Amino acid sequence: MTSETPSRPLPRPTAISAPFWRAAAQGKLLLQRCRRCSSFIYYPRPFCPTCLSDDLEWKEASGRGTVYTYTVVRRAATPAFADKVPYVLAIVELEEGPRMLTNIVGCPPEEVSVGMPVRATFEKYSDEVGLVFFRPDEEAGNG
Amino acid sequence: MDLRGKAAICGVGEVGPFRKAGGRTAVDMMLEAGRLAMLDAGLEPPEVDGLLVGPLLVGAPVTLASMMAEYLGLRPTYADIVDLGGATAAGMVWRAAAAIASGAARAVLCLTGEAVDPEAFYTRGVRWAGLPPPEFERPYGPMGANSGYAMIAMRHAYEFGTTDRQRAKVAVDQRQNACANPRALFYGRPITVEEVLESPLIVDPLHLLEIVMPCSGAIAFVVAAPEVARSGPHPPVYLLGFGEKVTHSLPSHALSLTTSPIVYTAKQAFERAGCTPADIDLVSVYDCYTITVIVTLEDAGFCAKGEGGLFVEEHDLTYKGDFPVNTHGGQLSYGQPGLAGGASHVIEAVYQLREEAGERQVKDCQLAFVQGNGGVMSEQVSLILGREP
Ligand SMILES: [Zn+2]
Repeated sequence: MTSETPSRPLPRPTAISAPFWRAAAQGKLLLQRCRRCSSFIYYPRPFCPTCLSDDLEWKEASGRGTVYTYTVVRRAATPAFADKVPYVLAIVELEEGPRMLTNIVGCPPEEVSVGMPVRATFEKYSDEVGLVFFRPDEEAGNG
Repeated sequence: MDLRGKAAICGVGEVGPFRKAGGRTAVDMMLEAGRLAMLDAGLEPPEVDGLLVGPLLVGAPVTLASMMAEYLGLRPTYADIVDLGGATAAGMVWRAAAAIASGAARAVLCLTGEAVDPEAFYTRGVRWAGLPPPEFERPYGPMGANSGYAMIAMRHAYEFGTTDRQRAKVAVDQRQNACANPRALFYGRPITVEEVLESPLIVDPLHLLEIVMPCSGAIAFVVAAPEVARSGPHPPVYLLGFGEKVTHSLPSHALSLTTSPIVYTAKQAFERAGCTPADIDLVSVYDCYTITVIVTLEDAGFCAKGEGGLFVEEHDLTYKGDFPVNTHGGQLSYGQPGLAGGASHVIEAVYQLREEAGERQVKDCQLAFVQGNGGVMSEQVSLILGREP
């Protein structure tokens, strides 16, 4: 895909976040989990914000969640998004508990709603960096 | 900590707001506002021994406080930067009072301001390498605070059925207030609910006229010990109660996007002041967006949770109305000169309590509730200000 517009700003992985971005490049959503208090943690940190333990492990998340809230961005925040408007910016509540900011893709903005079940989908930018997006989860039941 | 009656606001200075900075810098406007506030308080530099400075949104140098102090001819025994986003000015009021109560200072000058280049404002790049907002949010294209508050409004509509018309009413009533404030950016330009709803959707469900306009200007005020304040030319405006709480930075990390930390800060402020929401004559609360006012009125206890939309629909929020809110026009109609936007709510309460609000004066205004709000409803400071200690 070639484009004249600048690409979306990509994360610059740090020592702490690198495993997360590398996993996303491989199509996996990783969350940290505290071995002491069992909390799931997003975004990645050096220690657990609930109990301060630094005994954390990486766990693959189910990739399932629901839309906690969203908005349709109709004016580009930066030139990199000029060719993407309108797009859906959302906070997805993961099945494991944490909420993350993301985009809902794979459906028109007017089909997105609060509470809608969604599933992770990935975009690889390099071996070290992938992004986690969400699309409507057709397999999720209605109750 | 009981700071009730231990300090009072006794001087205010206001520069702008201006749509364009016109070559002026934030520092130059903050210094002018500081001078005006000291003159208004009837104080000369040797009598001002405290200084609190707000950071600049665009390029704040280190040691800002000493630089400002030197320029103003101050040699403070208490100097600091307060960095609580839109809650900075309200946060300064109780910090200054605490410094005064501790004996660290007797008169504290508080400065906020900004010079905004409208072009640069919308295109400025990532400056905070290694911090979570750029790393975990920027790739998805958030639109600064706009998208954060849009997501609050969307969730509020989902949980409580709050409507576009109800939010628009906030903008309309505040615009009517601005039409009685010659300083307001939108002075002389009334709007209707239909005009708000017909203005372009920017971030669903928020329309252009529900979103604050960044501008340039500065606001300063002096908080002083009661005996210092009483010796000045104006009636002192006493700090009666305060509350502060910071719960998150990223909207995804808020415990709830529809119930804010104001629940805690307002409760603290009312308890410390020994009064209730029913006693308040003027509500002067942070309004970066229409939804902010609705959530604030609910969480501060002026109406039940989820009933904010109905409440603003059923009450007249103008200075002539049964429930005056943001009588200066609020930031939505006064303008948002950086962190001085949050100071506009503080000084409007001072003008009203001193009975200097002119055409927009609220009758028999004795008690004001002020809310400072930073980030995406993350930094919160509540204040109760009154005529009597
Ligand atoms: Zn833990």
